[in-house]
Amino acid sequence: MATLKDIELKIGAVKKTKQITKAMNMVAASRLRGAQANTEGFRPYAGKFAEVLGSLASNAGEGTSPLLEPREQVKKVHVVLCTSDRGLCGGFNSNLISKAEAFLNEKVEQGIAVSFTAFGKKGRDWARRNKLTIESEHVGVVGGNFGFNVASTAGRGFVEGFIEGTYDEVYIIYAEFISMAKQPPVLKQILPIPPIDPAEDEEKDENTPYQAEHICEPSADELLGEMLPRNVYVQIYSALLETSTSEHAARMMAMDNATNACSDMIDNLTLIYNKARQAAITAELMDIVGGAEALKG
Amino acid sequence: MAENIQLEVVTPEKTVASEEAQIVASPGTLGEFGVLSGHTPFMTTLKTGVIRYTDAQGTERYVFVSGGFAEALPDKVTVLAESAERRLDIDIERAKASRERAEKRLAEDRSLEDIDFTRARGALERAIVRISLVETR
Repeated sequence: MATLKDIELKIGAVKKTKQITKAMNMVAASRLRGAQANTEGFRPYAGKFAEVLGSLASNAGEGTSPLLEPREQVKKVHVVLCTSDRGLCGGFNSNLISKAEAFLNEKVEQGIAVSFTAFGKKGRDWARRNKLTIESEHVGVVGGNFGFNVASTAGRGFVEGFIEGTYDEVYIIYAEFISMAKQPPVLKQILPIPPIDPAEDEEKDENTPYQAEHICEPSADELLGEMLPRNVYVQIYSALLETSTSEHAARMMAMDNATNACSDMIDNLTLIYNKARQAAITAELMDIVGGAEALKG
Repeated sequence: MAENIQLEVVTPEKTVASEEAQIVASPGTLGEFGVLSGHTPFMTTLKTGVIRYTDAQGTERYVFVSGGFAEALPDKVTVLAESAERRLDIDIERAKASRERAEKRLAEDRSLEDIDFTRARGALERAIVRISLVETR
């Protein structure tokens, strides 16, 4: 049986842990707000971009851009894996990594070579441990404050690699932010660009006069050719934003749970402590009473 | 005077400008173009340069843009740029540093790979446009 002192120490330790988890929860909360503000700032651009791209794509003929052409034989696949740099965020990273693992196994079974670009330490470490090909790694991006140039620099590499035939397909794995409690890992193909559905935006403003054909300068196809690589960057940027938001949300939830668990533990330990103290007092009383009895006799 | 036209300049990071303008002049890849209210629907790519517009009060304003598209509609001009800054928000020190860096890189090694070369040239161009916008107007 633990002594009073031991229990006291234990309670102190748990209290300190609780302070830390609580602080981390609050830090995550404020970072989450920052990440959400970034996402908010991106929305007008993304919305407009999708609209213009959709309208251009719907008018485009076939074979306008090599980025739209699926390869007949897929031998080399590239995966962009977005994870966080830091842990203590529940199952966040392991969810993403198991998604990547499942995908990897599937491709390897088909005899396809898979290479990786890692955004975030956790994914990179996983790939290293498993001796996978890492073509490039970006640490300090997810979860922090990053600009569009991160996405466009990385994206340019993928587009060039795709055109040169280094990759036949490029995928991205990221955590989609649905709600505070839900950030499922998502696998998305970014190259070749899947057919663009012009009617994907259902809430499209009725007043937008897209019925009127635009005058395009240079031609519509050339414009589309300019826009498609940028579409890749937009996808990557939005995936990074989502992953960052999700990371902070996941950490907030994990730290909240930890704080609650600490509180429960402290309650339990206090109960045990009081019981033990009471037992000690009782024992002491018994001693005194016993001693007095002995003196009398 | 014709009606005003709505100008929106957005980058992936934020909305840089969203206001009414009397006239908007933008640097298209195939030449500068001006837009007044009632313009026919028009799409173009932009080169690194300066958007000039006159706001509702008649003040001339300038926005630096690089790499993007502009769409003109009868009542609205939307500019999607990879980066954009209002003239007052330009960080002149940073632009100068970046000019120096790019010049050095270009002078240093003629045999640079094409990608690096174009990249440095692009950086130089952006820096020069930024600096001249701040210093000359």
